[in-house]
Amino acid sequence: MATVSKEYKTIENIQGPLVFVKTEEPVGYKELVTVRLSDGSIKNGEVLDSANGMVVIQIFEGTSGIDRSASVKFLGDTMKMPVSKDMLGRVLSGSAKPLDGGAEIVPEDMRDIAGAAINPWARASPNAFIQTGISTIDGMNTLVRGQKLPIFSASGLPHNDLALQIARQAKVRGENEQFAVVFIALGITNEEKQKFMREFERTGALKNAVVFLNLADDPAVERIATPRLGLTTAEYMAFDLGMQVLVIMTDITNYCEALRQVGAAREEVPGRRGYPGYMYTDLAQLYERAGRIKGKEGSITQIPILTMPGSDITHPIPDLSGYITEGQIVLSMDLHRNGIYPPVNVSSSLSRLMSNGIGPDHTRDDHKNVSDQLYASYAEGKDLRGLVAIVGKDSLSAKDRKLLDFADLFEDRIVRQGIDEDRSIETTLDIAWEILKELDVDQLTRISKKLIQKYLKKE
Amino acid sequence: MSTEGVIYRVAGPVVTAVGISPRMYDVVHVGNERLMGEVIKIVGDKSIIQVYEDTTGVKPGEPVTNTGLPLAVELGPGLLTSVYDGIQRPLPILMEMCNGPFIGRGKTAPGISRETKWDFKPAVAVGDEVSAGSVVGTVQEGPMVHKIMLPPNAKKGKVEEIKEGSFTVEEPIVKVDGVEYPMMQKWPVRQPRPVAEKYNPDVPLVTGLRVLDTMFPLAKGGAAAIPGAFGTGKTVTQQSLAKYSDADIVVYIGCGERGNEMTEVLTEFPELKDPRTGDSLMKRTVLIANTSNMPVAAREASVYTGMTIAEYFRDMGYNVALMADSTSRWAEAMREISSRLEEMPGEEGYPAYLSGRLAEFYERACRGKSLCGDDGSISVIGAVSPPGGDLSEPVTQNTLRIVRVFWALDTKLRERRHFPTINWLTSYTMYDAQLSDWFKANVAEDFPDLKVWAMKVLQKEAELQEVVQMVGSDSLPDEQKIILEVAKMIREIYLQQNAYDEVDCYCPLKRQYTMLKLIKKYSDLADKALKSGVAVDKIAYIPARERFQQAKQDPQIDAELAAVEKDMEEQISKLEA
Repeated sequence: MATVSKEYKTIENIQGPLVFVKTEEPVGYKELVTVRLSDGSIKNGEVLDSANGMVVIQIFEGTSGIDRSASVKFLGDTMKMPVSKDMLGRVLSGSAKPLDGGAEIVPEDMRDIAGAAINPWARASPNAFIQTGISTIDGMNTLVRGQKLPIFSASGLPHNDLALQIARQAKVRGENEQFAVVFIALGITNEEKQKFMREFERTGALKNAVVFLNLADDPAVERIATPRLGLTTAEYMAFDLGMQVLVIMTDITNYCEALRQVGAAREEVPGRRGYPGYMYTDLAQLYERAGRIKGKEGSITQIPILTMPGSDITHPIPDLSGYITEGQIVLSMDLHRNGIYPPVNVSSSLSRLMSNGIGPDHTRDDHKNVSDQLYASYAEGKDLRGLVAIVGKDSLSAKDRKLLDFADLFEDRIVRQGIDEDRSIETTLDIAWEILKELDVDQLTRISKKLIQKYLKKE
Repeated sequence: MSTEGVIYRVAGPVVTAVGISPRMYDVVHVGNERLMGEVIKIVGDKSIIQVYEDTTGVKPGEPVTNTGLPLAVELGPGLLTSVYDGIQRPLPILMEMCNGPFIGRGKTAPGISRETKWDFKPAVAVGDEVSAGSVVGTVQEGPMVHKIMLPPNAKKGKVEEIKEGSFTVEEPIVKVDGVEYPMMQKWPVRQPRPVAEKYNPDVPLVTGLRVLDTMFPLAKGGAAAIPGAFGTGKTVTQQSLAKYSDADIVVYIGCGERGNEMTEVLTEFPELKDPRTGDSLMKRTVLIANTSNMPVAAREASVYTGMTIAEYFRDMGYNVALMADSTSRWAEAMREISSRLEEMPGEEGYPAYLSGRLAEFYERACRGKSLCGDDGSISVIGAVSPPGGDLSEPVTQNTLRIVRVFWALDTKLRERRHFPTINWLTSYTMYDAQLSDWFKANVAEDFPDLKVWAMKVLQKEAELQEVVQMVGSDSLPDEQKIILEVAKMIREIYLQQNAYDEVDCYCPLKRQYTMLKLIKKYSDLADKALKSGVAVDKIAYIPARERFQQAKQDPQIDAELAAVEKDMEEQISKLEA
């Protein structure tokens, strides 16, 4: 640790979360700061801009109560957090303080929370199947170890239920590997917090998880730090302890709102819709912490969840996320209104790394073909729905009628599943074959003849 | 001129220094850790520096050193097979230096190895007259002959001394009028390397992708844009291009893209067999990987680094394919830096000089005679990632004003698992007229006509589909139903191509011609059969079509295609009987 420098009582301006202080000694960029208020309470902050004689500090807890007589101390060090394998099973706040009434984390190491970029040369390709127990993900948008696959949702949709279900059911199959979940809640309401804590305890999922809860009324600046704390923990568990870590972050939209709020307070030139111009780079610094590394056992897989404002997929948040992540799972209001859970719209969903994690070595030989066929036939069936609305069902050919029925069947059997229903990939594929047999064999153009013979059981 | 100064202010990647009197774009070293940066603005005695690395912990008062030189790349033997970051730091060596998978700060390593010795064979003799760009000798670098040239700024003169044997890149190998030259040269990245003469682009870049070569060809020395919202298959298309196009050298710039995607490139390229040499494709490739989470200033520099390397190989008389994925990420880096500089923003926050920078970059693509007298080219394939797929956004619009080929990727096609997802109705090429002579001479006299025919069928299909949407396909007359069937064949057999299939991934031009001709034949036979009263359904469901579809993935594809033709004739004539 660097030597602690002297205290300043030279605050010039206070503005939003920012405090401007006159200094005599040089201060490092991103150095940590404590501010002691006149009532003796302490607030923490970080240096945003350091010039000769004038430093801009961002206060994590907000600036309320700070006056110009408060004293400012520079700590000579950047933000670090304690990490330890005992963090498993713990519920922590957005600034990594215990919320479960347990003891403070006893550090095995202190880590810089910003994290350095992984050298692209050091990365290993994502390669193994992670089973979430959700048919639409496992079967059609397979999640692969080291991947980042976001869920694009909208207000009013059950994405948090889905997040919990995945946190509970996710596993790597076969081998004797350690699996852990880092669950990062960003800007959630108190009600949601209660629910998360209850669910984690009810289902016993907590024992393999570390939970970070940043609440809606916590300061915006803390919300920017929370995912970094969670990801630093995940990196420790994955690359130091060799675990397979799944990081679930909900809701990234709240995170981006915090970025915008802080950016505006700094009087930065805004980019699209008022979000900062560096939002792409900032999000990349979170998402790109997923991956596998050559020569290391562990991996980090991410499922960030975001609510698209106004269900608009072109909004900067889903848009920029989509450019960094490897695909997306899109939830649909239409399916939700039809009472289908989880309301995954497979047509607009995609897992870019799916082919790395499926096939005879990972799942089953028919996986790719079946998934392609489901996609194609469901798309055709959905198109026909539009046509039927105009010309009526009677004018369709027999084959088209089968496709139309198939689309309904698909939604009912594959998409719909219970909130506690954990389907293995074999179950998912078997259900797929059951509904595919409702089509004529010559409609199964995406499946090889060999596989049709092997799996299709016509009565 | 003072070269030592101190830091005055640190705000993210933008550092202000006093006490140095640099020129614009000089490279400086910042702070105790000597982080690399570039001067991007001078205000009075203050120099504004964009730093290529994270500045956490850097303090005012720390030293700043001006190197007095602009950002330059090192060019010479050793470039091929390299993997660099945006400022030509070799990533494998960085990994050793940082002792781990994460990139530490203040680490630099030379772009090309100083230790490796190369066998230099002279191509000139003492007393020969040489000038800028003259080839003075060669080095065998993997499968490529690396020509050693005098730098473009060398003076004309007589060779006084020329060596032969094994040398490092820094050892002098030739002496011209008293000036010694080593094999390595440095060139500032923001300055285009000169050519003797620029040609008209009238030779196509053959890619082996049917939809590109036949429908929307790109000329060597031209520039194409691939726009695509995320998830449209942009990267896969670009990677197929890198793998199979007939360029001698591939420069692939991963600019602000995903780490895992870069890994895919980094692991796949060495494993890929070069269709021409049977060797690894990596041996004629230079990769630049500056992923989205790596420093934004290095991302801004990465496209120039890649372009300068491409120009160096063009100067040797090679055809270079330069892929930039994605130029939108590059533009965003400009925006981010511009906003940190508090410059007046233009459209959507991008700096007002966006269009100028884009034009300068694409203008560096060309086919021409290099200073050494050989013909070389750089074809640029730039990916743009328009936010929300909105093509009216500034980066796409400014790009489209410059490039002459547009390969429109389409999410709808992706949803239908139609790959490559290039939309045949919205894509275009403006090289058709210039290239048709080449196609006539090298593929077949009627190849351009066949293409026009196929495009017409597809266009007609789009019109008919609108009718079908309203009234259903049953109400169409038979001739139109056949058009729909032919169009379906063009789409499913011809345009769709499986990048992961060993046979289908690369389709030579001759075979493209055979396949398209075969579809035309089906169309003609079907028309004839229809006139003799055969029902549409019967024509549509002949087994030859299925065989045609399967033939694409058959190792004996050419024999299969011949068999399909025979089947087709027999089956349709049987229907007529």
